[in-house]
Amino acid sequence: MKLVIERREISSRLFRFSAPLVSIAVALFVAGFLLLAGDINPLAAYQEIIVESLGSRYGLSETLVKTTPLIFAGLGVSLAFRMQIWNIGAEGQLYMGAMGATWVALFSGIQNHWLMLTAMFLAAFMCGGVWAGVAGFLRARWQVNEVIVTLLMNYIAILWIDYLVYGPWKDPRGFNFPYTAVFADTARFAEYFNTRLHSGFFLALACALILFLFIERTIWGYEIKVIGSNPKAAQYAGMQTGMAIFGVLFLSGAIAGLAGFSEVAGLQHRLQHGISPGYGYTAIIIAWLAKRSAIGVVIVSFLLGVLFVGGESLQLTWQLPVAFVYAFQGLILFFLLASDFFIIYRPRLIRR
Amino acid sequence: MLQIENIRKTFPGVVALDAVSFSVKEGEIHTLLGENGAGKSTLMNVLTGLYHPDRGSIRLAGEEVHFTSPRDSLSRGIGMVHQHFMLVPAHSVFENILLALDGVPNFFKRREWKAKIQALIDEFQLDLDLDTPVWKLSIGAQQWIELIKLLMRDCRLLILDEPTAVLTPQEANRLFDVLRRLKEQGKSIIFISHKMREVMAISDRVTILKKGRSIDTLARGEFDEARLASLMIGHDRIPEWQKNLQMSDEIVLTIDNLSVRNDRGLADLDKFNLTLKKGEILGIAGVAGNGQKALAEVLTGLRNATQGRILARGEDITNSNARRSYIAGIAHIPEDLKAIGIAPDMSVDENLIMKSFKNGAFRTWIFQDKRAIRRNAEEKIEQFAIKSGPDGTPVRYLSGGNIQKVIIARELSEEPSVLVALYPTRGLDIGSAEYVHKVIADGADQGMSTILIAEDLDELLKLSDRIAVMFRGRLIGYADPRSTTREEIGLMMSGENRNAGSAA
Ligand SMILES: Nc1ncnc2c1ncn2[C@@H]1O[C@H](COP(=O)(O)OP(=O)(O)OP(=O)(O)O)[C@@H](O)[C@H]1O
Ligand SMILES: [Mg+2]
Repeated sequence: MKLVIERREISSRLFRFSAPLVSIAVALFVAGFLLLAGDINPLAAYQEIIVESLGSRYGLSETLVKTTPLIFAGLGVSLAFRMQIWNIGAEGQLYMGAMGATWVALFSGIQNHWLMLTAMFLAAFMCGGVWAGVAGFLRARWQVNEVIVTLLMNYIAILWIDYLVYGPWKDPRGFNFPYTAVFADTARFAEYFNTRLHSGFFLALACALILFLFIERTIWGYEIKVIGSNPKAAQYAGMQTGMAIFGVLFLSGAIAGLAGFSEVAGLQHRLQHGISPGYGYTAIIIAWLAKRSAIGVVIVSFLLGVLFVGGESLQLTWQLPVAFVYAFQGLILFFLLASDFFIIYRPRLIRR
Repeated sequence: MLQIENIRKTFPGVVALDAVSFSVKEGEIHTLLGENGAGKSTLMNVLTGLYHPDRGSIRLAGEEVHFTSPRDSLSRGIGMVHQHFMLVPAHSVFENILLALDGVPNFFKRREWKAKIQALIDEFQLDLDLDTPVWKLSIGAQQWIELIKLLMRDCRLLILDEPTAVLTPQEANRLFDVLRRLKEQGKSIIFISHKMREVMAISDRVTILKKGRSIDTLARGEFDEARLASLMIGHDRIPEWQKNLQMSDEIVLTIDNLSVRNDRGLADLDKFNLTLKKGEILGIAGVAGNGQKALAEVLTGLRNATQGRILARGEDITNSNARRSYIAGIAHIPEDLKAIGIAPDMSVDENLIMKSFKNGAFRTWIFQDKRAIRRNAEEKIEQFAIKSGPDGTPVRYLSGGNIQKVIIARELSEEPSVLVALYPTRGLDIGSAEYVHKVIADGADQGMSTILIAEDLDELLKLSDRIAVMFRGRLIGYADPRSTTREEIGLMMSGENRNAGSAA
C-alpha cells in the first residue's frame, strides 16, 4: 500500500462549492478542542452562538450591524482579487474612510442631512481610495509589491487615527477619552426597528449589487477579468494594465473606506481609538471564502457576523477572550487553504 | 510494446475520445493524424496518466498498466513533450533540465551533471547553451530542452505532440535526424503533426483519428498524402478559394530604415525597408530568427524601434502601442499564442471580443451586450469550425488548433486594413489551414493587405503576390512567386541576391 497525491484532471464542482462549508465545519470541530481546553462545553457554546446571534430580533439586528462593515471591506478586497491583486490593507482603508467622513461631519458645517451624508460618503470614498491608490500607483509604476505596501499602510493609518483622537480631534468635553466629539444628527444614519440596525446595511447590499453588475456586465469588469486571467494578453489586446491596476486598487480601497463611513455615521457617531476590531483583516478571509462573487461576499460576511456577535456573548457568559474569535477565523482560513489543495489534488491509496 | 484498446474519455459535455485502439511496436515511429480536436493530445494524456480513461485498457509489454500520473508513466519509460511546455523562464537551461531529473542528490556535483547533459547535446548535435536563461530562448530551442529531459531519463517510448509546429524547417529536419537515431537505438516514438510532408517523411505507421475514434492504421507503403488526407477528412469539405492577382499601386505601409535592438543589444532588424501595397499579400521568407518576429512585434507596437520609421498611409505610427496601431488598422496573429493571445480562464465568447469589446456592437454605454457577444461567437464558431465544447467552456480546455482558430477569428473579424500574420496556420489541420488561406485571400480581394510571415515555402508561394526575403534583419530583395523557384528563394534566404529587387 502506498499513498500518492495526484492531480485531479477536473476539479469537482460539488467539491468547489462545498469546500468553504466543509472548512467552516472542520474549523468548528477543531475550535471545539480550544473550548474544551477552557473548560467550556463546545456544543453549548455553539448553541449559544446561534441563539444569541440569530435567535432574537435584537440578536439578528446585532449580527446585521456586524455584517455591514464586513460586506464593504469584503467587497473591496474581493474586487482586487478579481484581478489577482492582493489588497491586504482594507483595515487601514477603513480607518482612513472613517477619518474622511468624520472630518466632514465635524468641520464642514453642512446643515442639510442628505448633503451632509453625501459629502461624508464622498470623503470616505476618496480617503480609502487614495490610501489604496498609493499602493496601486507604486505597483503600476515600479512593480512594487502591493501586498507589502497595503499591509504596512494599515499601521500608518491606525496610528494616524490614534494621533487624531488623542490629539487635535479629541473631544474637549470627553474627559480625556480618545474620541472625537459626537456627530450632530444631520451626520447620522437612520436606525430601524428600535435596534442599532442602520442604513449602512442597506447601503452595503446596494454596493454589492452594483459591484456585481460592474464586474459581470460592464466593459470595465470585462477588462478586469481579462487582466486577472492573463495580463500579457490584456496588454497585447491594447488594454492599459497599469491604469487598470491603479484604478482597481483605488476602487477597492474606496469601497473599504465606505466601511469606515458606515461605522461612524451609523453606529459609533464619532471617531475613536480602535473603531474596527479587525474587520479589514476578516475581509481577506471573506474575499477568499466568497471566491469571486459579490453575492458570496454578502453571504460569508453574514456568517462571520454571526461569529462576531456569538463570540461577544461568549465573552460575557464565559469570559472567553475575543482572541477566540480570531483563532476561529484563523482556523477557517487554514482549512480553506488546505481544501484548495484538495480541490486541485487528490490522495489515493494504491496497492502494489 | 504498447497496446491501447478501446479507450474512451469524456469531459463534462464533451466526448473527447470515443473508441480508440492502436499499438506501437518496438523501434518504430508511429504517427497520429487527425483534425483539430480529434483527440490526439487527450489520448496522449491518457497514455501518460494525466487523465484516467472512462473505459479501455493500456498494455505495456503485455502487462496491463494503470498510470496515475505522468511521473508514474515516466518511471515506466514513457515520456512526453507537450504541445504547450512548461519551463521556469528565469532559470537556466541546465537548471530546468536538472529540475526534471530524479536521483539528483541534494548536494550534487554541478560540473559532473553538466558534463553528462552536455554529452547528450553533443551526441545529437543540438545547438543549446546550458547557461542561457530559458526566457531568452526561442520556442524551438525550448523544445530541445523538453526533449533532452526525456533523453536523460532514458525513455523507451517518446511522445511528441506537434513538435514541429514550433520548429523551423531546418530545426525540424534536425529533429527528424534525432528521431531516426533514437529509432535505431530501439526506442519507439509517437509523433503528432498536421504537416503531410513530415508525416510522409518519417512515419513507419500512421494511425488516423477522427472525432475521437481510431479509423485506421496504415504501414509505410500503404499510404500516400492523398489517402491520408481523405481518411482524415472523410466527408468534410475542404474550403475552396482562388487567388486573384489584382493589387493596386497604393502603398498602405512603408517601413523606412527600421532598426530594432533586442535585450542582448544585437540588431533584430537592421536598417530594414519594406513597402506594402493595398490588397496585396506580401510573403516574408527567411530562416526563422532572422528578424521576422521582431518585424511583426514592432509593427504591432509590442516592441519599439531604435531607429527609422513606420508609416501607415502616411501616418507615422513608429512608437505607438498595440491599441493605437490597431486603430490604425493592423491586426496581429502572434507566435506565442497561449502566452499572449488568450485569457485562458474566460470563455470563447469573451475571448473573441478581446480587442473589440469597446465597439458599439458589443455594448450599450458601459454595459456589455451579452446577446451580441453570443451571436458573434456563434458566427465565428461556425465559420472557423471551432470545436468549443459546451457554452462557456474556458478557452484553456480547447485543443491547440482550436485555440489558434479563436485567435485568428478574432484578429480577422475587425476587417483590418493590414494583417500581420506570424505563422498563421501552425498547428491547424489541412481543412482549417485552407480556410485561413481562403480568409486571407478573400480579405485581399476586399483590399486588406497582409504581411504573411511563414516558414513553409509552399504556403508562401501559393498565397503571396510578392515575396520579400529577410536575412539577418535586412531585406535581401523581392521575388515574384510566379516566376521564382524554391532554389532562388533558398539562396536569397542565405543572404545572396543575384537580381536585386526583381519584383519590387
Ligand atoms: N480538460 C478538458 N476539459 C474539457 N474538454 C477538453 C479537455 N481537454 C480536451 N478537451 C476537448 O476534447 C477534444 C479533443 O481535444 P484534443 O486536445 O485531444 O485535440 P487534438 O486532437 O490534440 O487537437 P489539436 O490538433 O488541435 O491539438 C476537444 O474538443 C477539446 O475541447
Ligand atoms: Mg493537440
